[in-house]
Amino acid sequence: MASQADPLAPPSSSVTPRKALRGAVVRFVGDSGDGMQVTGDQFTASSALAGNDLATFPDFPAEIRAPAGTTYGVSGFQINFSSQDVFTPGDAPDVLVAMNPAALKTNLKDLKTDGVLVVNSGAFTALNLKKAGYTTNPLEDGTLTGRQVLSIDISKLTLQAVKESGLSTKDAGRCKNFWTLGLMFWVFGRDPAPTLRWLERKFQKQPELIAANTLALKAGHAYGETAEIAHYLYEVPPAAVDPGLYRNIGGNTATAWGLVAAATLSGLDVVLGAYPITPASDVLHELSKHKHFGVQTVQAEDEIAAICAAIGASYAGKIGVTATSGPGMALKGEAIGLAVATELPLVIVDIQRGGPSTGLPTKTEQADLLQAMFGRNSDAPVCVLAAQSPGDCFYMALEAVRLALKFMTPVILLTDGYLANGAEPWRIPDVASLPKIEASFRKDPEGFHPFVRDPKTLARAWAIPGTPGLRHRIGGLEKDYDTGHISYDPQNHERMTQVRAAKIQRIADFVPEQQIEIGDDQGKLLVLGWGSTYGSIREAVQRCRERGLNVSHAHLRYLNPFPRNLGTLLSRFERVLIPELNNGQLATLIRSRFLTPAESYAKVQGQPFKIFELESRIRQMLES
Amino acid sequence: MSDVIDPSRLTKKDFETDQDVRWCPGCGDYSILANVQKFMPEIGRSLDDIVWVSGIGCSSRFPYYMNTYGFHTIHGRAPAFALGIKVANPDLSVWMVTGDGDGLSIGGNHLLHCLRRNVDIKLLLFNNRIYGLTKGQYSPTSEVGKITKSTPLGSADQPVDPATFALGANASFVARAIDVEAGLLTDVLRRAAQHRGTAFMEIYQNCNVFNDGAFDAFRGKAGKEHQIIATHGKPLVFGKNDERGLRLRPGSMELEVVEIGVGGVTVADVMVHDETNPLLAYLLARMPFPEFPVALGVLFAKLRPTYGDALEAHTKTALERHGKGELQALLRSGSTWQV
Repeated sequence: MASQADPLAPPSSSVTPRKALRGAVVRFVGDSGDGMQVTGDQFTASSALAGNDLATFPDFPAEIRAPAGTTYGVSGFQINFSSQDVFTPGDAPDVLVAMNPAALKTNLKDLKTDGVLVVNSGAFTALNLKKAGYTTNPLEDGTLTGRQVLSIDISKLTLQAVKESGLSTKDAGRCKNFWTLGLMFWVFGRDPAPTLRWLERKFQKQPELIAANTLALKAGHAYGETAEIAHYLYEVPPAAVDPGLYRNIGGNTATAWGLVAAATLSGLDVVLGAYPITPASDVLHELSKHKHFGVQTVQAEDEIAAICAAIGASYAGKIGVTATSGPGMALKGEAIGLAVATELPLVIVDIQRGGPSTGLPTKTEQADLLQAMFGRNSDAPVCVLAAQSPGDCFYMALEAVRLALKFMTPVILLTDGYLANGAEPWRIPDVASLPKIEASFRKDPEGFHPFVRDPKTLARAWAIPGTPGLRHRIGGLEKDYDTGHISYDPQNHERMTQVRAAKIQRIADFVPEQQIEIGDDQGKLLVLGWGSTYGSIREAVQRCRERGLNVSHAHLRYLNPFPRNLGTLLSRFERVLIPELNNGQLATLIRSRFLTPAESYAKVQGQPFKIFELESRIRQMLES
Repeated sequence: MSDVIDPSRLTKKDFETDQDVRWCPGCGDYSILANVQKFMPEIGRSLDDIVWVSGIGCSSRFPYYMNTYGFHTIHGRAPAFALGIKVANPDLSVWMVTGDGDGLSIGGNHLLHCLRRNVDIKLLLFNNRIYGLTKGQYSPTSEVGKITKSTPLGSADQPVDPATFALGANASFVARAIDVEAGLLTDVLRRAAQHRGTAFMEIYQNCNVFNDGAFDAFRGKAGKEHQIIATHGKPLVFGKNDERGLRLRPGSMELEVVEIGVGGVTVADVMVHDETNPLLAYLLARMPFPEFPVALGVLFAKLRPTYGDALEAHTKTALERHGKGELQALLRSGSTWQV
């Protein structure tokens, strides 16, 4: 046991040296109403400003206000910050901050054996203990024996600290997250000033809340200074990263900004049709703020109308986009088929979540891959891309628009809840360095029909309403290859089916070849991943390589078509392991496409891979 | 594929395509198509600036026969496509065709939202009270007890009345016409074309294969005396010699039919049509037949801001507040740090 210090003891003024750490994983957990997400965000901002590389993972319940004190109402935020490169939010926390018994109950098992537990003893009331399912108080019954525990009555100390602000007891109690944040700032030697400035902005119109939260934050900070917790003081030096201007960015914001960038770079407006759905709604929220960038947002009556409005906009010459999650994708299938048949550009962002059906709305999963590939009637191939980190969402959104316009095709961009809500420091690109996005409209009536194709890309002509002399009719009925008129001719249908498939395959000639992320380009084992598992796989493979294991990592961002060298690359490895957060979907695709006996490592728990899970799987394969 | 013609010199012929029309011989759609093609030159727009959008069903083949831009989309969703087209390019003249199944069954939701949003499109709903393209099942406008292939013992559902539905959805323009009655149909098309906002037109259309004669009681010469053509500012009279009229039953909110010249009733006692009164439009749309005539013409028309007006205002506000968006500035906004 660590601190037996009376929390109200007089200050001791000793200055203690901080213990330097390579990095640390901190998890804040509390009731959904305890403000854990705000606490996490502010701690993240301060870590970024301190120059650490970092990754975050918010984990919150589906209920907006689950009953207070229950285990299913627990909301968490984990941050991994380091002086080294960081690729994931970390496996097990080094520091766990638990604001109530339910939070302790659901998270204690994750804390490292030598980790530090900070606990708000004030919340361990008989009622809260009961709600969490404790029959005895874990702070007293020996549950925590051998753990490093800082048991502090944060509730009481917060009330004392904010007393002078005049807030009601209830409102004052809500400041305890800032008290806790203040303490953690002290523990890791962070400057509270940026958070104090943030409070000033956030509560501009409620000065009493600025005052109260400021008092709480300062009190928590001062508590750290004065209480005897000297051996819990750490320092995580700045990471060595590429020079440049940095910011934090979350996946949904990055996706939205990528689309804004596409409007700027192409000179075409973006029209987003969307229907609110977790975890995709933030893309709609973000884009709706940027109407001065040539962005229009339509909150449609349902998922189907959302995509249909986007297709209508594409037909009329704009960049039609829709953003949704798995259940919404299921509803959009027929409309995507129409966009395939009419060969219109369209970007569909699927921010995957756990399923089937409503499933786990706030948890992450990668289980829409096969839906993206095949989830339509008949042969209806589309281009499928996947982002691999929050910041990568920006570039993949741009790439989705580029390919949609170049090939006159729907492009599905897969991200997921983990990328959408996670954040990472992001080197802000110079706009001049971004890829060019070109849209070309057919103007020339000579030789025109709506399915006349560019011989290089096989894309059909984009002739938009309002163009003099190019009047034509398109629709879901099969069209004649040579005239664009309706055709039920059997040979023509086969020819059109083949050309639609060939056009998507042709994309492979216009995207980069598959690279090896780390390791050799041949050997015993290739770990092949896609999407948000990038960080965990990379870190796990790196650790295994440091042990001398012959393993490499390749990560797919292009899923349909696959990069043109993928087959060759796979054939250079004795074994291929495919970890994914689904029941083996990429593995199915790879096996059927390349006849490679790829081995699947499936995890479907609504949670990302932990590095150690992957590491032990790889070791098991190579050390046995 | 086609040449450019001065809008003022367009004729019916210019609106015809080279495609074979594939409706059944004798279908009411032919008459609607001919009347629309004949009327279209009046709107004074270039062929290249007009888009016809449709869903799925017999009526939805319409765009293939109009020599303008055309988009034959998916079942029930045409209003959403039309919305996207209009958002992308508000200058286009967008016309939508749907049917009773496409518009009120699978697409009822989209029709509702199109009407309440008041998207600036002209919307023709061909109501034949039957499913034609799927070969004869009852539709959401079929009468109760309709015997069809899918309802050998008669249908169980109460029908929806399209005009009432539109009024309930806060439509800004609701009119009714009949496929073979060219004069009325043209009048309605003209008023719709002039209306800014969703102009909803229900057109009674005979399906001579699966529901022949559905509207005979009030269609054509024989049916004339059972029609009342609502004309703004004119008394609501009908009958062979306009000898009957509608008025509110005293002390009630119900309409009644009165005989002019009988019992001291004069034309002055008959209600005057006010197309800006939604309550009156509702009463007219809901009159039971044959106790009452069928109300046709413009039942309701009242201008209100369109969806496009609102979007335009939003963009203007955003530009006034922030100036034209600058991408590099956006990427650098908020907290940043230099390494």
